[in-house]
Formats: sequence, structure tokens, C-alpha cells
Amino acid sequence: MIEFRAVTKRFEDGTIAVDELDLTVEAGTITVFVGPSGCGKTTSLRMVNRMIDPTSGTILVDGKDVLTVDPPTLRRGIGYVIQQAGLFPHRTVLDNVATVPLLSGWDKRKARTRAAELLERVGLDPAFGKRYPAQLSGGQQQRVGVARALAADPPVLLMDEPFSAVDPVVREDLQNELLRLQAELDKTIVFVTHDIDEALKLGERVAVFQTGGHLAQYAKPTELLAAPANDFVASFVGRDRGYRTLTFLHADVPVHPVTTAKLGERITVSDWTLVVDDENRPKGWLSGVDGEIEVAEKDLISGGSLYDGSTLRGALDAALSSPSALGVVIDDVGAVTGVVRADDVIKALAKARAAGEVPK
Amino acid sequence: MTWIFENWERFWEVTEVHLRLSVVPVLIGFVLSIPLGWFASRSATARAVLFPLANVLFTIPSIALIVITPVLIGVKILDEINVIVPLTIYTVALMVRSVADALSAVPGHVTAAANAMGFRPLRRFLVVDFPLALPVTIAGLRVATVSNISMVSVGALVGLGGYGQLFTEGYQTDNSAKVFAGLIGTVVLAALADGLLLLVGRVLTPWARAGR
Repeated sequence: MIEFRAVTKRFEDGTIAVDELDLTVEAGTITVFVGPSGCGKTTSLRMVNRMIDPTSGTILVDGKDVLTVDPPTLRRGIGYVIQQAGLFPHRTVLDNVATVPLLSGWDKRKARTRAAELLERVGLDPAFGKRYPAQLSGGQQQRVGVARALAADPPVLLMDEPFSAVDPVVREDLQNELLRLQAELDKTIVFVTHDIDEALKLGERVAVFQTGGHLAQYAKPTELLAAPANDFVASFVGRDRGYRTLTFLHADVPVHPVTTAKLGERITVSDWTLVVDDENRPKGWLSGVDGEIEVAEKDLISGGSLYDGSTLRGALDAALSSPSALGVVIDDVGAVTGVVRADDVIKALAKARAAGEVPK
Repeated sequence: MTWIFENWERFWEVTEVHLRLSVVPVLIGFVLSIPLGWFASRSATARAVLFPLANVLFTIPSIALIVITPVLIGVKILDEINVIVPLTIYTVALMVRSVADALSAVPGHVTAAANAMGFRPLRRFLVVDFPLALPVTIAGLRVATVSNISMVSVGALVGLGGYGQLFTEGYQTDNSAKVFAGLIGTVVLAALADGLLLLVGRVLTPWARAGR
């Protein structure tokens, strides 16, 4: 558990980065600090491991005032993941991960064995251990950064915009990986980001910081979307917040059958037809041809996003982004099971609302 | 060339002196420039004092410095110290800037990560900052070494200094073969030292060539 008690940070030039922050990060949760640049979210994070010391107020980690612990000792007990990973370019991946155990006086062999375990844990082949960071992709480097932060098994993990420098696809992988890891490890994680979508996806609790270092709202993601505390939070959460609320709803949407065809098949196209490969995975849509034709790659219209049955947001987006207005539904192995329609999603939403599932 | 083979013993003797008089100042100067360079990389005030001072020292003609050194430190004019001290000063003047630049070029997110991992300052310097500064530092060291090997010859004017003696003797006795032998010695020595440092640098920094 991390407690901020009336914490203020005023920099030498007089700017107030954090203003009287009172906030408790519960043990075993992911808490996200989110806000625009200059709102004090990163400063607040860095005060936890004394990269920055507060001007006034107290920060307690598991009941202990951090200002009473000497910084290097404190930091070895708190995992830290930095933007761009911050790996040591001159040390192998394995030695990077073993950094904190070695600093804490473990013998070299034990530290390396532990590091190899952690590489596997974050989804990297232990063979990567011998490489240098420059030989890894951005996403892989960031995984190594997470492994390094976890190496000494600290109860608290601080993550300072860790995924902001990677492309959106890799970012989503890393976010899912973090959620999976957290389900296994149950750490107390403080995660800083300026991306509200990332905050809503990862955070069990989200602290929205406002310019000037004020905490505007500290709540669960659903509450934040349903009841923003003030205009700032409402605008920061964005005008898509009704749409974002769908992320937190898991309701049944009827799945309709769809006509499918394979490449090379001779068919008569009457309506939208979904072309699939031999494993029944979607390849694209076919439409606007008269009479019998042979299905060819060049006639395909590429499809929209795929719905894997997770959230209503995914279902609606699949329907809206599909050229046929039919959202393709896939199963665990990526095979087509049918299609969903946008109006069905809206009906499911209305039903969920009536059942009181959407927070007012 | 034939002079070298006919006077092999003499040639080897001046080579030894030349090597000693150029390498010892490089070593001392390198060691001295590490803390100074570190200081300059950390403090703007230190930079404002050290960099101009280094420039001024470097512009003093070597002959003047070699002649004036015995007066300043009170040793006999034929002592090797008289060459070692000025060349050490030149090495420091060159290397302070190299070391400072090399340390400043260590990426901020890497040092921030090192601090956040719980490194104490000295260990961080030895394990993170200095190894990462090696490629630029060694490049500076190569320049300093080659320039020292060339400058040692000036010591001959005060009766010291390896190949320089071949120059003065050759000039006085109108023996161009002797001058030429000194010239070859200097160039070969400089090339060998430069190559050796290049190799040492490659061995010490395998990561610098890790595929990008």
C-alpha cells in the first residue's frame, strides 16, 4: 500500500508540480495516474522511490515513511519501469535483468538463473538473454524492462509511461501482457500515462490529475466515465466516453450466420459474402458482382476489426468498421463463427442499462 | 631504411626511450582526466573553468613548456620528467574534453534507470557511465597518444627524447638517412599505438557493434 499524505512539490522556480496530494494506492492493484503534461503525475510517481523528494507532506510505502530510508536501499525494493525501457546498452539482456539482484548482493549464478526465469515470465525466449538491447525490437526491450523491474520480486512496481514509445499494436500486446502478469503476481502497481484509453484499460483505480498538480478525481474507470467529477475530467475522458463505457460491458449480442466462400470457388454473389481461408479465418468481403464468378484475391474488399466476444465496444466497432456493416465474429483460433449487427449491440446496451449494469 | 638495420641497437634504444616518454604521459594524463572530465560533465562551472584552461594550455608551444618545466619544478634539465610533465599536461588538456563529452553523451534515460534501480554514485560510474563513455573516450585517447608520439621529438632540443635525437644529430651531421630513420620510427610507432588502441576499444565494447 502506498499513501500520499498532503504531499506538495514546489520546484525551485516556484512552479507547483503537486499540490496537497492525498491518495491511497491499495495493495495488489493497478492504479493509473493519468493527465495532461505538467499535471504532476510523473512527479508524484517519482516521489515514491525518492527520485524526487517532496517539499512537504509524507509518503508511506507499506506504512514506512520513504524519507527515513536511504534512496538506493529504498529503490532496490521498488521495481521501476521507465519510458524507452532505459536498458543498459553495454550489458546483455540477462545481465540487465539481473541488475537489482546483483546490487542487492546475490551471487552471480543465482541472479542469472533468476533473470532467465523472468525472461520467460514476460514472454521472451531465454535465448534472448545473450543479446544486447540494441538487437531487440522496441516491444521486446520494454518486456526486458518489465523483467528487470520484477527481478528482485519487489512488492511495489512503478511504471513511468512505459509503453508510450512503441507502436499501437505492440502497445496493446504489452498492455495485455501486463494484465496477465498482474493476475499471476498481484503486485501494487502505479502506472503513469497520458493516454486515457490506456488508463481505462489497465487501471483498477484511476487518478486523473489536472494541470497545476491537483488530483481531479480518483475512482474506478466505470465511475470516471459515468460520473466525471468536473468539467476537466469530463473533457479529458473525452467526448467518446459513452462509447468507451462499452469497454466495460460484457453482454450477449446475437450472432447471425453469414455466407462464406473460399478463394478459387465458383459462386453466385447475391449479397455480401465473406471470403475465408482453409482454416475458416476471414480474408475479406465480396460484393457488387453479378452472376457466377470465380472468387479471386483481387476482388476482395478488406474487412474491419474482428470481434472476439470480449466487450460490447469490440462488437460495435467490428460492425461499424466493416464494409458490409456486419461485424465478423471469430473464436479463439480466429475462425469465423458469424456476424453481429450494430443495432443488436445498441439493443444489448439498452438491456444492460435496464438491468442496472451501466453505472449512472 | 638501411640506416635502421645497420644501427639496429641504437635504433632500438631510441625507440624504447621514445615509447616511454610518450606512453607514460598518456597513462598519467588519462587517469587524471577521468575525475576532471567527470567533474566537467556534472558542473557548468567546472566546464567554464576547465575547458578554456585546457585550450590555453594546449596552445603553449611544446618547446616553451619543455624548457620552462625544469625551472618551475626544479629538476635537472636532462631529467625525463621534463618531457613527461609537459606531455601529461597536453594529454589532460585533450582528454578532459573527451571524457566530459563522452560522459555527457550517456543517454539520460539510462542514467535515470540506473538511479531508479538503486545504484550508488561510485558503482554507477564504474558499472554504467564509464563503460558507456568508453567508445568516445578511446577515440580521444587515440588522438592524444598519436599527438604525444609526434611531440616527444621536441624533447631532443633539451637533450632528451627518442627519435628526436636522430633528427638533431642527422641535421647537424648532414645525415639525411638518420633523419629519415627517425621519421619512419615515429610514423610506425604512432600507427602501431593507434591500431592497438583501436583493437582494445573493440574488445572492450562488443555492444557498440551489436546489430541495429
